[in-house]
Amino acid sequence: MAITGALAINIEHMGFRYPDNDKVSFADLNLQVAKGTRFGLFGPNGAGKTTLMNLMTGVLSVTDGSIKLLGKETGEQNKEVNKLFGFVPQDFSFYHELSPAENLEFFGAWAGLSQKEITDRTNELLQILGLEDVRNKPVEKFSGGMKRRVNLAIGVVHNPQVLFLDEPTVGVDVQTRTAIINYLLELNKTGTTLIYTSHQLNEAEDLCEEIAMIDEGKIITQGHIDDVLKAHNHESLEELFINLTGKAYRN
Amino acid sequence: MFKLWISIKKDIRILLRDKVGISLMFVMPIILVVVVTSIQNSTFQLVNKNKLPIVICNTDTGKASTQFIESVNKIGMFTVTQTSKDKAAAIASDMESKDALLGVVIPSDFSKVVNEKAKNASDKAMAAFSGQADSVKAGTPKPAVSLSALNLYYNPVLQEQLRFSIQGAIQSALQIVQTRQTLRTLYYDSNEKELPKSLENEMLNSSTTINMLPTSKDGTRTTPNASQHNVPAWTIFAMFFVIMSLGGSVVREKVSGSFIRLKTLPTNYLVGLLSKQLTYLVVTLIQAVIIFSIGICFFPVIGLPPLNLPSDLFALFLVTLVCGWCAVSYSICVGVFANTQEQSNGFGAISIVILACIGGLMVPSFAMQGIAKTLTNISPMHWCLEAYYSLFLQNGKLSDVLNNIGSLFIITVIIQIVTYLGLKRKNLI
Repeated sequence: MAITGALAINIEHMGFRYPDNDKVSFADLNLQVAKGTRFGLFGPNGAGKTTLMNLMTGVLSVTDGSIKLLGKETGEQNKEVNKLFGFVPQDFSFYHELSPAENLEFFGAWAGLSQKEITDRTNELLQILGLEDVRNKPVEKFSGGMKRRVNLAIGVVHNPQVLFLDEPTVGVDVQTRTAIINYLLELNKTGTTLIYTSHQLNEAEDLCEEIAMIDEGKIITQGHIDDVLKAHNHESLEELFINLTGKAYRN
Repeated sequence: MFKLWISIKKDIRILLRDKVGISLMFVMPIILVVVVTSIQNSTFQLVNKNKLPIVICNTDTGKASTQFIESVNKIGMFTVTQTSKDKAAAIASDMESKDALLGVVIPSDFSKVVNEKAKNASDKAMAAFSGQADSVKAGTPKPAVSLSALNLYYNPVLQEQLRFSIQGAIQSALQIVQTRQTLRTLYYDSNEKELPKSLENEMLNSSTTINMLPTSKDGTRTTPNASQHNVPAWTIFAMFFVIMSLGGSVVREKVSGSFIRLKTLPTNYLVGLLSKQLTYLVVTLIQAVIIFSIGICFFPVIGLPPLNLPSDLFALFLVTLVCGWCAVSYSICVGVFANTQEQSNGFGAISIVILACIGGLMVPSFAMQGIAKTLTNISPMHWCLEAYYSLFLQNGKLSDVLNNIGSLFIITVIIQIVTYLGLKRKNLI
């Protein structure tokens, strides 16, 4: 389905394989994500979600075809593109010995912010994400939910135009999950494109408007969430997911 | 510059919160340098100032054995304790009960053999003086007499080098006894009267005095001590010990999720590595300052000889700087190639001990032979130690250590290139 208007992500005829593996991870993959959308990428374990996320963020380089982010070619050496997006990996990607404020200072500087911008953004984010009281305490002493919020804060410190989120709410309580989802919805209202992946399909229904499901390196369905559910005659993403990917274990 | 400064701040904060890393980098080397210098200083004193206790069991009743004991006493190296002749078979237990490290059993025929040997030598000399025709008058020389072996017992704690010195000293005491007896016999045979005491002393004590003079680059004659030897050597070891913190830090960053995020940011990871290099370079300089300060201020307090800094302080700073840079580069290199923190710490610790061994920190490089001697040149610690010894022991100047600094610099650049290739190969930059 062709998307009219500006694209946040434009993947054309993309192919990728890991150097130490003969198996093709992706072959001739095409995917477009409109700017300003809340896009969900779903699939069973091993379907290629994280690999695709790493390709879109330039952590990995494509073997064939191209991936453009806001019209610019992504790649491992393309530091210009890196200014445009933020990344919230599934793992806690920060320095546990440092406090939230110290982490934000470091990652903010590496994202290209000035000292003043870092200070302002740190105050703002710690306030929004409820970390003001612990701003100077080492993150290693935090609960899982607090660490998730620090992880998210670092990803958005430089006000990225596109935000990649790899399971941003895994392992957190309902309160933290709700707070994170609400924050992401607010962020999207300011124009930030969200590229989100998760196994929490109920949560995805609340957050995403556009979705794609992938399995074995191929997109098996794609479109607006309501249209996709209607086209497959299902009422929930979970039903659709089981129907399209089967009930067998995935390793 | 701002990114670099913030990265340095981050590295300093992480370092200051790594209590184990700090203790490994600062406390352990300080303990090491104090302990090793104390031990080596005791060995120096044992050889140079203290006397070695020796038990002598004299089973002989002649005069030569008594003269031998007097000669051993006169050497000044031993505290002699005599034990009764019935304890010859149990000399080892007697040594233990008297806290003696050495024991000598003089055989019962010692004086007899010394006299016979002297007589034999005298007869030969007389025959030579008077020519073959007079050989009957002079007496026919008897076959050569050999002195029974003198058994010298030692405690195995004595190092081989010290044992050789002891053996040499005992040998010279024996030589004096033998020579004295030969002189007396020869004099009596030719003059038919006793050798005058004054002449005997003159003949025996005419040996030339040996003055031990240390060489130096500037002509000064400062006798090196255990501190001058050990403090520079273990400072180098301490600087390379940063691998325990820095190598692990690189691996931690690499394997943790933070590295993925760093790769998605518009900053090259080389900035991060440069930050680590600068941070830990300062750490190595602080290590050197602390250890040198302990040598200067603390050592005299605990009875150790003080460390004297070389006169060319700029050369000392430059050698320390390049050595620190090499240590930091090596640590980062190991961190880049290691896949886990265990690999980095294990390989790092073992490799620096090996580099210290082949670099001459544990065994002097001049004592090495063959391939070990060649391997010495690839250890950065060797070049740094040579430079330090030139400055600390020979009071050298910058011009005297430029060759060492150059070699150290080349090794460091090679390590940096290997690190860069490793980063490229592992897709980290």
